[in-house]
Amino acid sequence: MMGLIGRKVGMTQIFNEQGEVIPVTVIEAGPCTVTELRTQERDGYLAVQLGFGAQKESRFTRPVLGQFTKRNLPPARHLREFRLDSLEGMELGKSVTVSIFEAGHHVDVEGVTKGRGFAGVVKRHKFAAGHASHGPTHGKQPGSIGASAFPSRVIKGKRLPGRMGGVRLTAKNLEVVAVDPEQNMLLVRGAVPGPPRALVLVRKRGN
Amino acid sequence: MGLIEKLDAAQSKTDRPGLAPGDTVEVSVRVIEGDKTRQQKFRGDVINVRGSGLRKSFTVRKISEGVGVERTFPLHGPTIGEIKILKHSRVRRAKLFYLRNKTGKAARLSQVRSAGEIGTK
Repeated sequence: MMGLIGRKVGMTQIFNEQGEVIPVTVIEAGPCTVTELRTQERDGYLAVQLGFGAQKESRFTRPVLGQFTKRNLPPARHLREFRLDSLEGMELGKSVTVSIFEAGHHVDVEGVTKGRGFAGVVKRHKFAAGHASHGPTHGKQPGSIGASAFPSRVIKGKRLPGRMGGVRLTAKNLEVVAVDPEQNMLLVRGAVPGPPRALVLVRKRGN
Repeated sequence: MGLIEKLDAAQSKTDRPGLAPGDTVEVSVRVIEGDKTRQQKFRGDVINVRGSGLRKSFTVRKISEGVGVERTFPLHGPTIGEIKILKHSRVRRAKLFYLRNKTGKAARLSQVRSAGEIGTK
């Protein structure tokens, strides 16, 4: 589905007409340029490649820069593809802005979650921790990880401490609260993966 | 100014008074009933002020027909009309939750004589 590349700005809240507080994530999305079309004949699938973010030319290697100059496009820092059902209305160099979204629409937002480093089982798998006082010494340890002589090994997939976060995640079906094409700003209800300034992909949902 | 600061500034009300715990206030709230809106007044003591900026909120406690009633308002909420400060009282706590365990005369706050002592802060 058609989408846009953007940057998570952060979260705040807005009031609706009833005076209720709505938690929103501010996303600075687009403007993106169509940098490449993927066609059924040549590539076997339909998609647009969008470019986002200016970058000075000296930051590119010559071969990458060539991809832009040969199409007379401004060099973009980030390139991402969006699968489409039809390439109708899409052409190289076309600018895509937040105006493709409307308040009330629902979107999926994809991003890379905050890295938590080597995390224990309480944080990583929501294990219940032991009582902090009154005697027990269980703390935040994982407890028993299996039986003894049989099977003499730890079952695969056993939830244990390890690296947490830093993975791609899609927050699905978020309501678009407001769109401001002038500031390339998108307000989405709820939280979105990643820290402020993280790159996020906003996709239109289904239809 | 960043996008978030702009959003917050656009929604902040500039006519909101500085509230302190111990103030007696009358808050006008817009209530929507069906297709009509009307003003409702809530009068009591401020027992809690928390948060900052757009997220600042305060709790007002009053005794209504012998029952303690508390309401928390977002300071910058659009349904809040006027906030009238009726008096300042001398308090020694930031949070006046102890009033919940007091009744009658013990639940009174003593007024500050020199006007503006708290209000100008």
